[in-house]
Amino acid sequence: MIEIGLGHYLSLGAIIFFLGVIGIFLNRKNVIVILMSIELILLAVNINLISFSIFSGDIVGQIFTMLILTVAAAEAAIGLAIIVVYYRNRGSIRVEDIHGMKG
Amino acid sequence: MIYNLNIIFPEIFLSLSIFSVLMIGVFIKKSFNLIFNLTSLIIIITIMIISSSPNDTEKVFSESFTRDAFSNYFKILILLSSLFVLNSSKNFIVENKLDKFEYPIIILLSILGMFFMVSANDLILFYLGLELQSLSLYILASIDRDNLRSTESGIKYFVLSALSSGLLLYGCSLLYGFTGSTNFDLIASQLNKENTGAVFAMVFILVGLAFKVSAVPFHMWTPDVYEGAPTSITSYFAVVPKTAGLALLIKFMFIPFSNILLEWQTIIIFISIASMILGAVAAMIQKNFKRLLAYSSIGHIGYALAGVATGTISGYKSTIVYITIYVIMNIGAFSCLYLLKKDGQYKENISDLSGISKKHPLLAISLLIILFSLAGIPPLGGFFAKFYVFVAVIEKEMYALAIIGLLTTVLSAFYYLKIIKTIYFDDSLIAFESTKNRTAQISILASCSILITFFLYPSILNNLVDTLFIG
Repeated sequence: MIEIGLGHYLSLGAIIFFLGVIGIFLNRKNVIVILMSIELILLAVNINLISFSIFSGDIVGQIFTMLILTVAAAEAAIGLAIIVVYYRNRGSIRVEDIHGMKG
Repeated sequence: MIYNLNIIFPEIFLSLSIFSVLMIGVFIKKSFNLIFNLTSLIIIITIMIISSSPNDTEKVFSESFTRDAFSNYFKILILLSSLFVLNSSKNFIVENKLDKFEYPIIILLSILGMFFMVSANDLILFYLGLELQSLSLYILASIDRDNLRSTESGIKYFVLSALSSGLLLYGCSLLYGFTGSTNFDLIASQLNKENTGAVFAMVFILVGLAFKVSAVPFHMWTPDVYEGAPTSITSYFAVVPKTAGLALLIKFMFIPFSNILLEWQTIIIFISIASMILGAVAAMIQKNFKRLLAYSSIGHIGYALAGVATGTISGYKSTIVYITIYVIMNIGAFSCLYLLKKDGQYKENISDLSGISKKHPLLAISLLIILFSLAGIPPLGGFFAKFYVFVAVIEKEMYALAIIGLLTTVLSAFYYLKIIKTIYFDDSLIAFESTKNRTAQISILASCSILITFFLYPSILNNLVDTLFIG
Protein backbone atom coordinates (compact mmCIF):
# COMPACT_ATOMS: atom_id res chain seq x y z
CA MET A 1 0.00 0.00 0.00
CA ILE A 2 1.29 3.45 -0.90
CA GLU A 3 0.59 6.16 1.62
CA ILE A 4 -0.82 9.08 -0.38
CA GLY A 5 0.90 12.16 0.93
CA LEU A 6 1.22 15.85 0.16
CA GLY A 7 3.74 15.15 -2.62
CA HIS A 8 1.22 13.12 -4.58
CA TYR A 9 -1.40 15.83 -4.44
CA LEU A 10 1.14 18.46 -5.45
CA SER A 11 2.27 16.31 -8.40
CA LEU A 12 -1.35 15.94 -9.50
CA GLY A 13 -1.76 19.71 -9.23
CA ALA A 14 1.44 20.33 -11.21
CA ILE A 15 0.41 17.85 -13.95
CA ILE A 16 -3.01 19.43 -14.39
CA PHE A 17 -1.46 22.90 -14.31
CA PHE A 18 1.00 22.12 -17.09
CA LEU A 19 -1.73 20.38 -19.12
CA GLY A 20 -3.62 23.65 -18.95
CA VAL A 21 -0.63 25.75 -19.98
CA ILE A 22 0.23 23.38 -22.83
CA GLY A 23 -3.41 23.38 -23.89
CA ILE A 24 -3.29 27.15 -24.40
CA PHE A 25 -0.10 27.10 -26.45
CA LEU A 26 -0.64 23.99 -28.57
CA ASN A 27 -4.27 24.64 -29.33
CA ARG A 28 -4.73 25.93 -32.90
CA LYS A 29 -8.41 25.19 -33.30
CA ASN A 30 -10.88 26.87 -31.03
CA VAL A 31 -10.97 29.65 -28.48
CA ILE A 32 -13.39 27.66 -26.30
CA VAL A 33 -10.62 25.12 -25.69
CA ILE A 34 -8.44 27.97 -24.39
CA LEU A 35 -11.22 28.89 -21.99
CA MET A 36 -11.30 25.27 -20.77
CA SER A 37 -7.51 25.28 -20.36
CA ILE A 38 -7.73 28.39 -18.19
CA GLU A 39 -10.32 26.66 -16.00
CA LEU A 40 -7.96 23.70 -15.76
CA ILE A 41 -5.16 25.95 -14.50
CA LEU A 42 -7.38 27.46 -11.84
CA LEU A 43 -8.57 24.02 -10.72
CA ALA A 44 -4.97 22.83 -10.42
CA VAL A 45 -4.32 25.78 -8.14
CA ASN A 46 -7.35 24.77 -6.08
CA ILE A 47 -6.01 21.22 -5.68
CA ASN A 48 -2.73 22.69 -4.48
CA LEU A 49 -4.37 25.04 -2.02
CA ILE A 50 -6.69 22.43 -0.56
CA SER A 51 -3.96 19.85 -0.08
CA PHE A 52 -1.68 22.43 1.56
CA SER A 53 -4.56 23.51 3.74
CA ILE A 54 -5.41 19.93 4.83
CA PHE A 55 -1.82 18.90 5.49
CA SER A 56 -0.92 22.01 7.44
CA GLY A 57 -4.23 22.21 9.32
CA ASP A 58 -4.70 25.82 8.31
CA ILE A 59 -8.17 26.81 7.06
CA VAL A 60 -7.10 29.87 5.03
CA GLY A 61 -6.24 27.79 1.97
CA GLN A 62 -9.78 26.48 1.73
CA ILE A 63 -11.22 29.99 2.03
CA PHE A 64 -8.89 31.06 -0.77
CA THR A 65 -10.23 28.15 -2.87
CA MET A 66 -13.83 29.29 -2.47
CA LEU A 67 -12.88 32.79 -3.62
CA ILE A 68 -10.95 31.41 -6.61
CA LEU A 69 -13.99 29.36 -7.67
CA THR A 70 -16.09 32.52 -7.66
CA VAL A 71 -13.54 34.48 -9.64
CA ALA A 72 -13.19 31.62 -12.13
CA ALA A 73 -16.93 31.68 -12.76
CA ALA A 74 -16.88 35.45 -13.35
CA GLU A 75 -13.88 35.11 -15.63
CA ALA A 76 -15.54 32.37 -17.70
CA ALA A 77 -18.68 34.50 -18.06
CA ILE A 78 -16.74 37.52 -19.30
CA GLY A 79 -14.58 35.35 -21.55
CA LEU A 80 -17.62 33.79 -23.20
CA ALA A 81 -19.22 37.20 -23.64
CA ILE A 82 -16.12 38.52 -25.41
CA ILE A 83 -16.02 35.42 -27.61
CA VAL A 84 -19.66 35.99 -28.56
CA VAL A 85 -19.10 39.63 -29.62
CA TYR A 86 -16.01 38.57 -31.54
CA TYR A 87 -17.96 35.84 -33.33
CA ARG A 88 -20.62 38.38 -34.35
CA ASN A 89 -17.97 40.54 -36.02
CA ARG A 90 -15.74 37.89 -37.51
CA GLY A 91 -18.04 34.91 -38.04
CA SER A 92 -15.45 32.51 -36.71
CA ILE A 93 -13.68 31.77 -33.45
CA ARG A 94 -10.86 29.67 -34.85
CA VAL A 95 -7.56 30.64 -33.25
CA GLU A 96 -5.81 30.95 -36.60
CA ASP A 97 -8.40 33.50 -37.74
CA ILE A 98 -7.53 35.90 -34.90
CA HIS A 99 -4.75 37.80 -36.62
CA GLY A 100 -6.20 41.15 -37.59
CA MET A 101 -3.27 43.05 -36.10
CA LYS A 102 0.38 42.18 -36.49
CA GLY A 103 3.80 43.73 -36.33
CA MET B 1 -14.87 48.00 14.52
CA ILE B 2 -15.81 51.59 13.63
CA TYR B 3 -12.11 52.35 13.74
CA ASN B 4 -11.53 49.64 11.12
CA LEU B 5 -14.20 51.00 8.83
CA ASN B 6 -12.65 54.46 8.93
CA ILE B 7 -9.49 53.04 7.46
CA ILE B 8 -11.19 51.55 4.43
CA PHE B 9 -13.55 54.50 4.08
CA PRO B 10 -12.32 55.46 0.56
CA GLU B 11 -13.02 51.93 -0.68
CA ILE B 12 -16.43 51.83 1.00
CA PHE B 13 -17.34 55.19 -0.47
CA LEU B 14 -16.20 54.13 -3.92
CA SER B 15 -18.11 50.82 -3.90
CA LEU B 16 -21.32 52.40 -2.60
CA SER B 17 -21.12 55.13 -5.23
CA ILE B 18 -20.57 52.51 -7.94
CA PHE B 19 -23.76 50.71 -6.87
CA SER B 20 -25.78 53.92 -6.80
CA VAL B 21 -24.47 55.13 -10.14
CA LEU B 22 -25.23 51.72 -11.64
CA MET B 23 -28.82 52.01 -10.41
CA ILE B 24 -29.12 55.46 -11.98
CA GLY B 25 -27.84 54.01 -15.24
CA VAL B 26 -30.35 51.17 -15.16
CA PHE B 27 -33.41 53.28 -14.46
CA ILE B 28 -32.74 56.49 -16.39
CA LYS B 29 -32.58 56.35 -20.16
CA LYS B 30 -29.72 58.02 -22.06
CA SER B 31 -27.89 58.82 -18.87
CA PHE B 32 -24.31 58.79 -20.16
CA ASN B 33 -23.69 62.50 -19.55
CA LEU B 34 -25.16 62.42 -16.07
CA ILE B 35 -23.19 59.33 -15.10
CA PHE B 36 -20.02 60.66 -16.65
CA ASN B 37 -20.25 63.85 -14.58
CA LEU B 38 -21.16 61.90 -11.46
CA THR B 39 -18.12 59.67 -12.03
CA SER B 40 -15.83 62.69 -12.21
CA LEU B 41 -17.44 63.99 -9.02
CA ILE B 42 -16.97 60.63 -7.27
CA ILE B 43 -13.31 60.56 -8.28
CA ILE B 44 -12.79 64.11 -6.96
CA ILE B 45 -14.53 63.31 -3.66
CA THR B 46 -12.44 60.15 -3.25
CA ILE B 47 -9.28 62.17 -3.85
CA MET B 48 -10.38 64.56 -1.09
CA ILE B 49 -11.18 61.69 1.30
CA ILE B 50 -7.79 60.07 0.74
CA SER B 51 -5.79 63.27 0.97
CA SER B 52 -7.48 64.15 4.23
CA SER B 53 -6.78 60.74 5.77
CA PRO B 54 -3.65 60.42 7.92
CA ASN B 55 -0.52 58.84 6.46
CA ASP B 56 0.54 56.66 9.40
CA THR B 57 0.61 52.92 8.80
CA GLU B 58 -2.51 51.04 9.90
CA LYS B 59 -3.27 47.38 9.25
CA VAL B 60 -6.81 46.11 9.65
CA PHE B 61 -8.90 42.96 9.06
CA SER B 62 -6.34 40.50 10.47
CA GLU B 63 -3.59 42.60 8.91
CA SER B 64 -4.79 41.94 5.39
CA PHE B 65 -5.36 45.59 4.46
CA THR B 66 -2.82 48.37 4.88
CA ARG B 67 -3.36 52.05 4.76
CA ASP B 68 -0.07 53.90 4.67
CA ALA B 69 1.65 56.76 2.88
CA PHE B 70 2.64 54.42 0.03
CA SER B 71 -0.88 53.23 -0.75
CA ASN B 72 -2.33 56.72 -0.29
CA TYR B 73 0.15 58.17 -2.75
CA PHE B 74 -0.63 55.56 -5.38
CA LYS B 75 -4.37 55.83 -4.87
CA ILE B 76 -4.25 59.56 -5.46
CA LEU B 77 -2.03 59.08 -8.52
CA ILE B 78 -4.48 56.48 -9.91
CA LEU B 79 -7.48 58.72 -9.29
CA LEU B 80 -5.90 61.86 -10.70
CA SER B 81 -4.68 60.13 -13.84
CA SER B 82 -8.03 58.44 -14.48
CA LEU B 83 -9.76 61.80 -13.99
CA PHE B 84 -7.57 63.36 -16.66
CA VAL B 85 -7.84 60.36 -18.98
CA LEU B 86 -11.63 60.23 -18.69
CA ASN B 87 -12.25 63.93 -19.15
CA SER B 88 -9.81 64.45 -21.98
CA SER B 89 -11.39 61.56 -23.89
CA LYS B 90 -15.02 62.59 -23.45
CA ASN B 91 -15.46 64.07 -26.93
CA PHE B 92 -13.81 61.00 -28.43
CA ILE B 93 -16.16 58.69 -26.53
CA VAL B 94 -19.28 60.53 -27.65
CA GLU B 95 -18.21 60.92 -31.28
CA ASN B 96 -17.30 57.24 -31.61
CA LYS B 97 -20.64 56.18 -30.10
CA LEU B 98 -19.01 54.58 -27.09
CA ASP B 99 -21.22 56.64 -24.80
CA LYS B 100 -22.80 53.74 -23.00
CA PHE B 101 -23.49 54.39 -19.35
CA GLU B 102 -21.43 51.32 -18.36
CA TYR B 103 -18.23 52.91 -19.62
CA PRO B 104 -17.44 55.18 -16.65
CA ILE B 105 -18.84 52.65 -14.20
CA ILE B 106 -16.48 49.91 -15.37
CA ILE B 107 -13.62 52.38 -15.09
CA LEU B 108 -14.65 53.05 -11.49
CA LEU B 109 -14.78 49.29 -10.82
CA SER B 110 -11.28 48.82 -12.14
CA ILE B 111 -10.12 51.72 -9.95
CA LEU B 112 -11.66 49.93 -6.96
CA GLY B 113 -9.72 46.81 -7.89
CA MET B 114 -6.50 48.81 -8.09
CA PHE B 115 -7.21 50.31 -4.66
CA PHE B 116 -7.27 46.83 -3.17
CA MET B 117 -4.14 45.90 -5.12
CA VAL B 118 -2.04 48.73 -3.74
CA SER B 119 -3.44 48.34 -0.23
CA ALA B 120 -3.28 44.56 -0.01
CA ASN B 121 -1.14 42.96 2.64
CA ASP B 122 -2.44 39.47 2.00
CA LEU B 123 -2.36 37.11 -0.98
CA ILE B 124 -6.14 36.67 -1.01
CA LEU B 125 -6.98 40.37 -1.00
CA PHE B 126 -4.26 41.07 -3.54
CA TYR B 127 -5.60 38.36 -5.89
CA LEU B 128 -9.18 39.59 -5.60
CA GLY B 129 -8.14 43.18 -6.29
CA LEU B 130 -6.08 42.10 -9.28
CA GLU B 131 -8.97 40.10 -10.72
CA LEU B 132 -11.50 42.89 -10.18
CA GLN B 133 -9.14 45.15 -12.13
CA SER B 134 -8.42 42.61 -14.88
CA LEU B 135 -12.06 41.60 -15.40
CA SER B 136 -13.00 45.26 -15.83
CA LEU B 137 -10.15 45.77 -18.27
CA TYR B 138 -11.24 42.80 -20.43
CA ILE B 139 -14.61 44.47 -20.89
CA LEU B 140 -13.07 47.88 -21.52
CA ALA B 141 -10.76 46.50 -24.22
CA SER B 142 -13.72 45.12 -26.17
CA ILE B 143 -16.16 47.93 -25.34
CA ASP B 144 -16.54 48.93 -28.99
CA ARG B 145 -18.42 45.71 -29.57
CA ASP B 146 -19.32 46.22 -33.21
CA ASN B 147 -15.71 46.82 -34.14
CA LEU B 148 -13.67 43.80 -35.18
CA ARG B 149 -10.37 45.22 -33.96
CA SER B 150 -11.68 46.18 -30.55
CA THR B 151 -13.19 42.75 -29.92
CA GLU B 152 -10.05 41.06 -31.21
CA SER B 153 -7.94 43.06 -28.79
CA GLY B 154 -10.39 42.06 -26.06
CA ILE B 155 -10.02 38.37 -26.88
CA LYS B 156 -6.23 38.59 -26.99
CA TYR B 157 -6.05 40.51 -23.75
CA PHE B 158 -8.47 38.10 -22.07
CA VAL B 159 -6.63 34.92 -23.05
CA LEU B 160 -3.13 36.14 -22.17
CA SER B 161 -4.16 37.97 -19.02
CA ALA B 162 -6.13 34.98 -17.74
CA LEU B 163 -3.10 32.77 -18.39
CA SER B 164 -0.86 35.13 -16.46
CA SER B 165 -3.37 35.30 -13.60
CA GLY B 166 -3.25 31.50 -13.56
CA LEU B 167 0.55 31.48 -13.34
CA LEU B 168 0.47 34.11 -10.62
CA LEU B 169 -2.13 32.16 -8.70
CA TYR B 170 -0.12 28.96 -8.95
CA GLY B 171 2.77 30.91 -7.45
CA CYS B 172 0.49 32.16 -4.67
CA SER B 173 -0.61 28.61 -3.84
CA LEU B 174 3.00 27.41 -3.63
CA LEU B 175 3.96 30.45 -1.56
CA TYR B 176 1.08 29.72 0.82
CA GLY B 177 2.11 26.07 1.06
CA PHE B 178 5.80 26.63 1.67
CA THR B 179 5.49 29.53 4.09
CA GLY B 180 2.22 28.49 5.76
CA SER B 181 0.56 31.87 5.54
CA THR B 182 -1.05 34.28 3.13
CA ASN B 183 -0.05 37.38 5.07
CA PHE B 184 2.77 39.38 3.49
CA ASP B 185 4.57 40.07 6.79
CA LEU B 186 4.43 36.43 7.87
CA ILE B 187 5.59 35.29 4.42
CA ALA B 188 8.53 37.71 4.69
CA SER B 189 9.56 36.22 8.03
CA GLN B 190 9.32 32.65 6.70
CA LEU B 191 11.04 33.20 3.39
CA ASN B 192 14.75 32.57 2.92
CA LYS B 193 17.17 31.08 0.42
CA GLU B 194 16.85 27.54 1.79
CA ASN B 195 13.10 27.54 1.16
CA THR B 196 13.44 26.42 -2.49
CA GLY B 197 9.71 25.83 -2.92
CA ALA B 198 8.98 29.43 -2.03
CA VAL B 199 11.75 30.70 -4.32
CA PHE B 200 10.12 28.65 -7.11
CA ALA B 201 6.79 30.31 -6.22
CA MET B 202 8.44 33.74 -6.43
CA VAL B 203 9.33 33.08 -10.08
CA PHE B 204 5.69 32.34 -10.95
CA ILE B 205 4.50 35.46 -9.16
CA LEU B 206 7.10 37.59 -10.94
CA VAL B 207 5.95 36.22 -14.30
CA GLY B 208 2.37 37.18 -13.52
CA LEU B 209 3.33 40.67 -12.36
CA ALA B 210 5.66 41.23 -15.32
CA PHE B 211 2.73 40.43 -17.57
CA LYS B 212 0.51 42.98 -15.85
CA VAL B 213 3.05 45.77 -16.36
CA SER B 214 3.79 44.42 -19.91
CA ALA B 215 7.51 43.82 -19.47
CA VAL B 216 9.42 41.69 -21.99
CA PRO B 217 9.11 38.64 -22.47
CA PHE B 218 5.45 38.93 -21.46
CA HIS B 219 4.62 41.95 -23.59
CA MET B 220 3.04 40.26 -26.65
CA TRP B 221 -0.44 41.53 -25.85
CA THR B 222 0.53 45.20 -25.49
CA PRO B 223 0.90 46.40 -29.13
CA ASP B 224 -2.21 44.56 -30.34
CA VAL B 225 -4.39 45.68 -27.46
CA TYR B 226 -3.15 49.28 -27.70
CA GLU B 227 -3.83 49.38 -31.42
CA GLY B 228 -7.16 47.58 -31.39
CA ALA B 229 -8.86 49.18 -28.42
CA PRO B 230 -10.48 52.61 -28.84
CA THR B 231 -7.97 55.42 -28.14
CA SER B 232 -9.78 56.50 -24.98
CA ILE B 233 -9.35 52.98 -23.58
CA THR B 234 -5.78 52.73 -24.80
CA SER B 235 -4.82 55.86 -22.91
CA TYR B 236 -6.42 54.39 -19.79
CA PHE B 237 -4.51 51.11 -20.32
CA ALA B 238 -1.23 52.90 -20.84
CA VAL B 239 -1.49 54.99 -17.72
CA VAL B 240 -3.55 53.65 -14.86
CA PRO B 241 -3.14 49.83 -14.63
CA LYS B 242 0.61 50.26 -15.26
CA THR B 243 0.85 52.47 -12.17
CA ALA B 244 -1.05 50.00 -10.02
CA GLY B 245 0.92 47.04 -11.37
CA LEU B 246 4.23 48.71 -10.65
CA ALA B 247 3.08 49.68 -7.14
CA LEU B 248 2.20 46.05 -6.55
CA LEU B 249 5.56 44.90 -7.88
CA ILE B 250 7.43 47.29 -5.57
CA LYS B 251 5.30 46.13 -2.66
CA PHE B 252 6.04 42.46 -3.38
CA MET B 253 9.77 43.15 -3.58
CA PHE B 254 9.71 45.36 -0.50
CA ILE B 255 7.71 43.18 1.91
CA PRO B 256 7.31 39.44 1.14
CA PHE B 257 10.41 38.96 -1.02
CA SER B 258 12.81 41.24 0.87
CA ASN B 259 14.82 38.27 2.18
CA ILE B 260 15.47 36.66 -1.19
CA LEU B 261 16.78 39.77 -2.91
CA LEU B 262 19.61 38.01 -4.75
CA GLU B 263 17.19 35.46 -6.20
CA TRP B 264 14.75 37.91 -7.74
CA GLN B 265 17.30 40.55 -8.60
CA THR B 266 18.73 38.59 -11.56
CA ILE B 267 15.25 38.02 -12.96
CA ILE B 268 14.27 41.69 -12.69
CA ILE B 269 17.58 42.81 -14.24
CA PHE B 270 16.96 40.46 -17.18
CA ILE B 271 13.37 41.64 -17.62
CA SER B 272 14.45 45.27 -17.37
CA ILE B 273 17.24 44.99 -19.94
CA ALA B 274 15.05 43.00 -22.34
CA SER B 275 12.24 45.56 -22.07
CA MET B 276 14.56 48.50 -22.65
CA ILE B 277 16.09 46.91 -25.75
CA LEU B 278 12.83 45.70 -27.28
CA GLY B 279 11.09 49.00 -26.53
CA ALA B 280 13.83 50.88 -28.38
CA VAL B 281 14.28 48.55 -31.35
CA ALA B 282 10.74 47.45 -32.17
CA ALA B 283 9.31 50.98 -32.02
CA MET B 284 11.49 52.14 -34.92
CA ILE B 285 9.46 50.41 -37.62
CA GLN B 286 6.00 51.31 -36.35
CA LYS B 287 3.64 53.35 -38.48
CA ASN B 288 0.73 53.58 -36.07
CA PHE B 289 1.11 56.15 -33.31
CA LYS B 290 -0.73 54.04 -30.71
CA ARG B 291 1.39 51.02 -31.53
CA LEU B 292 4.49 53.15 -31.21
CA LEU B 293 3.33 54.36 -27.81
CA ALA B 294 2.83 50.70 -26.83
CA TYR B 295 6.46 49.90 -27.57
CA SER B 296 7.56 53.13 -25.94
CA SER B 297 5.64 52.15 -22.80
CA ILE B 298 7.36 48.74 -22.81
CA GLY B 299 10.68 50.58 -22.90
CA HIS B 300 9.63 52.92 -20.10
CA ILE B 301 8.60 49.99 -17.93
CA GLY B 302 12.11 48.65 -18.51
CA TYR B 303 13.63 51.84 -17.06
CA ALA B 304 11.21 51.81 -14.14
CA LEU B 305 12.12 48.17 -13.42
CA ALA B 306 15.82 49.11 -13.42
CA GLY B 307 15.06 51.13 -10.28
CA VAL B 308 13.30 48.13 -8.72
CA ALA B 309 16.22 45.88 -9.67
CA THR B 310 18.55 47.73 -7.30
CA GLY B 311 16.58 46.40 -4.35
CA THR B 312 17.33 49.54 -2.36
CA ILE B 313 14.93 52.12 -0.96
CA SER B 314 16.44 54.81 -3.16
CA GLY B 315 15.87 52.54 -6.16
CA TYR B 316 12.19 52.06 -5.29
CA LYS B 317 11.85 55.80 -4.81
CA SER B 318 13.37 56.50 -8.21
CA THR B 319 10.89 54.03 -9.74
CA ILE B 320 7.99 55.85 -8.12
CA VAL B 321 9.25 59.21 -9.44
CA TYR B 322 9.68 57.58 -12.85
CA ILE B 323 6.17 56.19 -13.01
CA THR B 324 4.71 59.50 -11.88
CA ILE B 325 6.42 61.40 -14.68
CA TYR B 326 5.58 58.60 -17.13
CA VAL B 327 1.90 59.07 -16.27
CA ILE B 328 2.12 62.83 -16.89
CA MET B 329 3.88 62.33 -20.24
CA ASN B 330 1.46 59.70 -21.49
CA ILE B 331 -1.64 61.67 -20.55
CA GLY B 332 -0.25 64.48 -22.70
CA ALA B 333 0.71 62.20 -25.58
CA PHE B 334 -2.70 60.55 -25.78
CA SER B 335 -4.54 63.86 -25.39
CA CYS B 336 -2.81 65.01 -28.57
CA LEU B 337 -4.43 62.08 -30.40
CA TYR B 338 -7.86 63.46 -29.51
CA LEU B 339 -7.12 66.61 -31.50
CA LEU B 340 -6.21 64.82 -34.75
CA LYS B 341 -9.65 64.77 -36.28
CA LYS B 342 -10.50 64.93 -39.97
CA ASP B 343 -13.98 64.40 -41.45
CA GLY B 344 -15.27 62.98 -38.20
CA GLN B 345 -12.51 60.37 -38.02
CA TYR B 346 -9.63 60.32 -35.62
CA LYS B 347 -6.28 59.78 -37.30
CA GLU B 348 -3.68 57.65 -35.59
CA ASN B 349 -0.92 57.11 -38.14
CA ILE B 350 2.42 58.84 -37.80
CA SER B 351 2.30 59.88 -41.47
CA ASP B 352 -0.88 61.86 -40.71
CA LEU B 353 1.20 64.11 -38.49
CA SER B 354 3.40 65.30 -41.35
CA GLY B 355 3.70 69.05 -41.56
CA ILE B 356 1.14 69.85 -38.89
CA SER B 357 3.49 72.53 -37.56
CA LYS B 358 2.31 74.89 -40.33
CA LYS B 359 -1.38 74.78 -39.57
CA HIS B 360 -1.37 73.76 -35.90
CA PRO B 361 1.71 75.32 -34.33
CA LEU B 362 0.47 74.90 -30.76
CA LEU B 363 -0.28 71.20 -31.16
CA ALA B 364 3.08 70.72 -32.84
CA ILE B 365 5.00 72.43 -30.05
CA SER B 366 3.15 70.39 -27.39
CA LEU B 367 3.95 67.17 -29.22
CA LEU B 368 7.55 68.35 -29.45
CA ILE B 369 7.75 68.89 -25.69
CA ILE B 370 6.08 65.57 -24.87
CA LEU B 371 8.18 63.56 -27.33
CA PHE B 372 11.42 65.21 -26.16
CA SER B 373 10.42 64.40 -22.62
CA LEU B 374 9.63 60.77 -23.52
CA ALA B 375 13.06 60.56 -25.13
CA GLY B 376 14.62 61.92 -21.93
CA ILE B 377 16.16 65.12 -23.22
CA PRO B 378 17.10 67.70 -20.57
CA PRO B 379 15.75 69.90 -19.04
CA LEU B 380 12.32 68.25 -19.40
CA GLY B 381 10.67 66.03 -16.79
CA GLY B 382 11.45 62.78 -18.59
CA PHE B 383 15.16 63.46 -18.25
CA PHE B 384 14.95 63.77 -14.47
CA ALA B 385 12.95 60.56 -14.23
CA LYS B 386 15.68 58.64 -16.06
CA PHE B 387 18.39 60.54 -14.17
CA TYR B 388 17.12 59.43 -10.74
CA VAL B 389 16.81 55.81 -11.87
CA PHE B 390 20.36 55.74 -13.23
CA VAL B 391 21.73 57.44 -10.11
CA ALA B 392 20.14 54.72 -7.98
CA VAL B 393 21.47 52.01 -10.31
CA ILE B 394 25.02 53.41 -10.28
CA GLU B 395 24.95 53.82 -6.48
CA LYS B 396 24.42 50.06 -6.31
CA GLU B 397 27.36 49.62 -8.72
CA MET B 398 25.29 47.83 -11.37
CA TYR B 399 27.21 49.39 -14.25
CA ALA B 400 26.12 46.96 -16.97
CA LEU B 401 22.45 47.82 -16.37
CA ALA B 402 23.22 51.55 -16.38
CA ILE B 403 25.25 51.37 -19.60
CA ILE B 404 22.62 49.35 -21.45
CA GLY B 405 19.97 51.75 -20.19
CA LEU B 406 21.85 54.77 -21.50
CA LEU B 407 22.47 53.10 -24.86
CA THR B 408 18.81 52.24 -25.32
CA THR B 409 17.89 55.81 -24.37
CA VAL B 410 19.97 57.00 -27.31
CA LEU B 411 18.43 54.38 -29.58
CA SER B 412 14.90 55.28 -28.58
CA ALA B 413 15.62 58.99 -29.10
CA PHE B 414 15.89 58.05 -32.79
CA TYR B 415 12.24 57.22 -33.29
CA TYR B 416 10.98 60.10 -31.16
CA LEU B 417 13.10 62.49 -33.20
CA LYS B 418 11.83 60.87 -36.39
CA ILE B 419 8.28 61.84 -35.42
CA ILE B 420 9.43 65.36 -34.67
CA LYS B 421 11.06 65.49 -38.09
CA THR B 422 7.76 64.35 -39.62
CA ILE B 423 5.90 67.08 -37.77
CA TYR B 424 8.21 69.94 -38.61
CA PHE B 425 9.95 69.20 -41.88
CA ASP B 426 7.66 67.02 -43.98
CA ASP B 427 5.10 68.38 -46.41
CA SER B 428 1.73 69.00 -44.95
CA LEU B 429 -0.83 66.41 -46.12
CA ILE B 430 -3.90 66.83 -43.97
CA ALA B 431 -5.46 69.90 -42.45
CA PHE B 432 -7.13 68.77 -39.27
CA GLU B 433 -10.35 70.31 -38.09
CA SER B 434 -9.86 72.88 -35.39
CA THR B 435 -11.73 70.96 -32.74
CA LYS B 436 -13.08 72.63 -29.65
CA ASN B 437 -11.95 69.91 -27.30
CA ARG B 438 -11.25 72.02 -24.24
CA THR B 439 -10.61 69.16 -21.80
CA ALA B 440 -8.02 67.53 -24.04
CA GLN B 441 -6.33 70.90 -24.53
CA ILE B 442 -6.28 71.46 -20.77
CA SER B 443 -4.72 68.02 -20.27
CA ILE B 444 -2.02 68.79 -22.84
CA LEU B 445 -1.39 72.18 -21.26
CA ALA B 446 -1.13 70.68 -17.76
CA SER B 447 1.14 67.90 -18.95
CA CYS B 448 3.44 70.21 -20.90
CA SER B 449 3.69 72.84 -18.19
CA ILE B 450 4.58 70.23 -15.56
CA LEU B 451 7.19 68.71 -17.86
CA ILE B 452 8.76 72.10 -18.66
CA THR B 453 8.81 73.46 -15.14
CA PHE B 454 9.83 70.25 -13.43
CA PHE B 455 13.50 71.22 -13.34
CA LEU B 456 12.69 74.31 -11.27
CA TYR B 457 11.29 72.35 -8.34
CA PRO B 458 12.31 68.69 -8.60
CA SER B 459 12.41 68.59 -4.81
CA ILE B 460 8.60 68.77 -4.47
CA LEU B 461 8.08 65.33 -5.96
CA ASN B 462 11.24 63.96 -4.33
CA ASN B 463 10.24 65.11 -0.86
CA LEU B 464 6.80 63.61 -1.37
CA VAL B 465 8.25 60.27 -2.43
CA ASP B 466 10.77 60.38 0.42
CA THR B 467 7.96 60.16 2.96
CA LEU B 468 6.51 56.97 1.45
CA PHE B 469 8.89 54.45 2.94
CA ILE B 470 9.11 55.75 6.49
CA GLY B 471 6.15 53.81 7.99
